[in-house]
Amino acid sequence: MHDEIVRTEQLACCYREGRVLEDISFRVQRGDYVGIVGPNGSGKSTLVKALLGLVDISSGGAALFGSPLAGFRDWRRVGYLPQSLHLVNPVFPATVHETVGLGLLSLKRFPKSLNNNDRIKIDDTLEELGIYDLRLKLIGELSGGQLQRVLLARAIVNNPELLVLDEPTAALDPETRERFYTMIGTLNRTRGVTVMLVTHDSGAIGQHASKMLYLDKKILFYGSFEEFCHSPEMSSMFGEHSQHLMCHRH
Amino acid sequence: MNNMNLLEILSYGFIQRALLAGTLIALLCSVLGVFLVLRRMSLIGDGLAHVTFGSTAIALALKLYSAMSLLVSMPVVLLASLGILKLTEKNRLSGDAAIGIVSALGISVGIILASVGGGYNVDLLSYLFGNILSISREEVMIAALLCVGVLLLLTLYYQELFAIAFSEELAKVSGIRTSFINSVLVLLTALSVVLAMKLVGIMLISSMLIVPAASALQLARGFRVCIVLAAIQGCGSVIIGIIISILTNLPASATIVVVNLTLFLISYLVRRTIYTNPA
Repeated sequence: MHDEIVRTEQLACCYREGRVLEDISFRVQRGDYVGIVGPNGSGKSTLVKALLGLVDISSGGAALFGSPLAGFRDWRRVGYLPQSLHLVNPVFPATVHETVGLGLLSLKRFPKSLNNNDRIKIDDTLEELGIYDLRLKLIGELSGGQLQRVLLARAIVNNPELLVLDEPTAALDPETRERFYTMIGTLNRTRGVTVMLVTHDSGAIGQHASKMLYLDKKILFYGSFEEFCHSPEMSSMFGEHSQHLMCHRH
Repeated sequence: MNNMNLLEILSYGFIQRALLAGTLIALLCSVLGVFLVLRRMSLIGDGLAHVTFGSTAIALALKLYSAMSLLVSMPVVLLASLGILKLTEKNRLSGDAAIGIVSALGISVGIILASVGGGYNVDLLSYLFGNILSISREEVMIAALLCVGVLLLLTLYYQELFAIAFSEELAKVSGIRTSFINSVLVLLTALSVVLAMKLVGIMLISSMLIVPAASALQLARGFRVCIVLAAIQGCGSVIIGIIISILTNLPASATIVVVNLTLFLISYLVRRTIYTNPA
């Protein structure tokens, strides 16, 4: 089993307005929980989208599970949770059960269809995340926190080895956000899922992630959470007080 | 026809052909419409109808009439649908602008050819306003064959189409070939539009695609349910519309659309009532 889940080498991405990412080289090992943090416009979302083939890479390269991204087809090993508010059309008529079922399509061959085992798998995932009661609700009828859990269920129903989350807590209140981070931490520990989570909230993710990647178009820091907490560069960037708040695990 | 009873009316061959072809085409349009409305591509039907008008003018200029005109219309409209898709790829142009450009091209070719050919003749006008009661046996056969083909493809690609309608980004990360499925969707739409032209004409074709889907979205609790409701409304409005038009001597295409819009209004009011007074 390949233990290097993600690898990038001097990866760069450009939009019309210029270079968004440059010289990005890092590796993610199996079981890591990587918090990707940085200021607004630092290229956090672009980085994960580039890793998922959703935006073009201008130069350099990336690999998932040891395969170069261009030829990677094994998407059943990957779960993705984007920012839900951008994603969901409030009048989309799908039920929670139907929505979570979409996460199983990566396991299916043509013609794709779901069977009874799949329905049991969907129900089990809904149970695991405590949202079984919502299964017949329309996604437009859910609160922000409920919707986030439904989209998480969709992302993990196929038992992915890598879970990529892009600002998953942006629309949540602090209490729901904390519960969400705990849920991701549990998945990381109990299922051994490798997690890459983008957030602008360095303080909250610091309580849960095992590694931190601090990005501002380039990688300014990448290492374990302990190293992050003792890094003089990060102290000078955040100030010692803020760094202490981020690193204080409850 | 006011003195005839319904059974007598239904015994006429041209009425049977109209009901059969109309129901098949309505079934296609309403099912495809759900995907198009949710993808915010509702007006693609309008754009492609304008292209069909242009291509029909070419066919008539080449002396190809009735079902034979499809030999020109089909390939031209299929290419136009792929053209719209190509223009919108990688956000080079927004969908509405791409549809507007292709639509303008189609209608201007139609007008120029009609003018060169000595003005609008009856055949071309029938494409503007539709004339389902004049549908031929060959056109019914073509509609039936294409209907089976389109429904088969929709069934085979149902999950992929559903996934992309929900989110193209998530569908890509599920390993779905989104450009291929998008091409399938616009090509199926193009086929249905060419067929539906005879039914309701350019002016009202969007209603066949949009209104049943919009009504179903008011009431459906589930994606499959939404497709079934849209199909029921699409087919039901054609049958009711044709019968009313015969009984009242009103134009069939406009009557079908009015029935569709009435059903939309009822769905809208039912939804409002449910949400205002939840049980």
